[in-house]
Amino acid sequence: MRNLWIFISRYNAFFFFIIFFTAGIILTVRNNIYQRSVTFNSTNQVVGDVYKNLNVLKKYINLGAVNDSLAAENAKLKTEILSIKNIDTTKETVVKDSAGIPQYTYLPARVIKNSITNRNNFITINKGKADGLSAGMPVISPIKGVVGYIQDVSEHLATIRSLLHKETYISVSIKKNNAVGSLIWGEGNFDYRKAQIKDIPNHFKLSLKDTVITSGFSSFPQGVLVGTVSNTGISAGENFKTIEINLFNDFSTLQYVYVIKDKYAQEQKELEAKLTNEQ
Amino acid sequence: MNSRLIIANIIRWLILLLFQILILRNMSFYNMATPFVYVLFLLLLPFGIPNILLYLIAFGTGLTLDSFYDTLGVHTSACVALAFVRILFISVTVRDGSDEPEPTLGNMGFKWFLLYAVLCIFSHHITLFFLETFRLTEINYTLLRCALSSILTLFVVILIEFVFYNRKVR
Repeated sequence: MRNLWIFISRYNAFFFFIIFFTAGIILTVRNNIYQRSVTFNSTNQVVGDVYKNLNVLKKYINLGAVNDSLAAENAKLKTEILSIKNIDTTKETVVKDSAGIPQYTYLPARVIKNSITNRNNFITINKGKADGLSAGMPVISPIKGVVGYIQDVSEHLATIRSLLHKETYISVSIKKNNAVGSLIWGEGNFDYRKAQIKDIPNHFKLSLKDTVITSGFSSFPQGVLVGTVSNTGISAGENFKTIEINLFNDFSTLQYVYVIKDKYAQEQKELEAKLTNEQ
Repeated sequence: MNSRLIIANIIRWLILLLFQILILRNMSFYNMATPFVYVLFLLLLPFGIPNILLYLIAFGTGLTLDSFYDTLGVHTSACVALAFVRILFISVTVRDGSDEPEPTLGNMGFKWFLLYAVLCIFSHHITLFFLETFRLTEINYTLLRCALSSILTLFVVILIEFVFYNRKVR
């Protein structure tokens, strides 16, 4: 102990330097907005990089499954091309605006972080503000249905509030009879392969394996596949019932997603904002 | 003798800080060379000063500068770094029984003072500019600014020392 004390007092200049310099740095980082933002940003950058690198391994393991899904998608797209080519051009009417630009455009993105075990799950993807993303854009997975909404964007990354989140509502309909309800997850069942549809009017007759698609009333385009009915629900003397579905989308193996950019999203939002003001 | 030194240092502190805050704060050459002449005060503190007191004075001076520059902590860290280099340099080059009260140009000679000032000013400026920029991507620009500012500060410091040059008659 005495030796330690002698050591410290002999090199007191150095120890004082450490103490005072640390105090100075702490003052700098805590009290200046710029330095603080840089510190936290670089930390986030590090975290993002770590996740990206970890994901390389996972990506490799899942290559087979991804291959299959890509092949399936290829096939689907090819069929679509064929069907378009075979349409009689004189009668064709395409839903496009006057400049010939389609209303929805799809931007592929890679999942770099995913969770399915929490009550509220988020996904991180490798596209961000620089690629034109903004909060609220809908996200789907290739051929297998809905994923969620963009929650927050940074310059090159974005987080998605996945369907497996208590704040996520998506308007869906039953394909065969257009009964509209809202898709939620986690109502008494936290299985990531199942979801519930609330507010289906009681008078619709549903059967197992009915296909569920998006209705087009929320920001998703109409007709995106969601799942099949697995439990037609019990009507307890009320006007609406809740049914359970099997999701097409397997959230545990999500690798690539498509972000949907709606050309008229802003316009629609503004128009509908006016409506609520009038009420 | 001792009280004369204390009063001289207090007056020096006031004048140099006022000079820095009122005049030099608005001065910069192409945003590349900015003089920080107030470090002269820390350079000229007497030899016999205890380390802890030197650090406290450096910390306080830096804090005062920071409150006028709105960069809390940047000048403080830089001044503490300068104090550390000053202690090291003096412990290496000056024997304990030095009869000079304070390290001025007149007392210590031009060569000693130049090396002393270069090392102290450069350590101060490099801490200052790196904390201010706070990233390594602009390292070339930061180093250039640091070097040019150091040269300017050194120039002004030596100039002031020559103006108040009074060689002791031995």
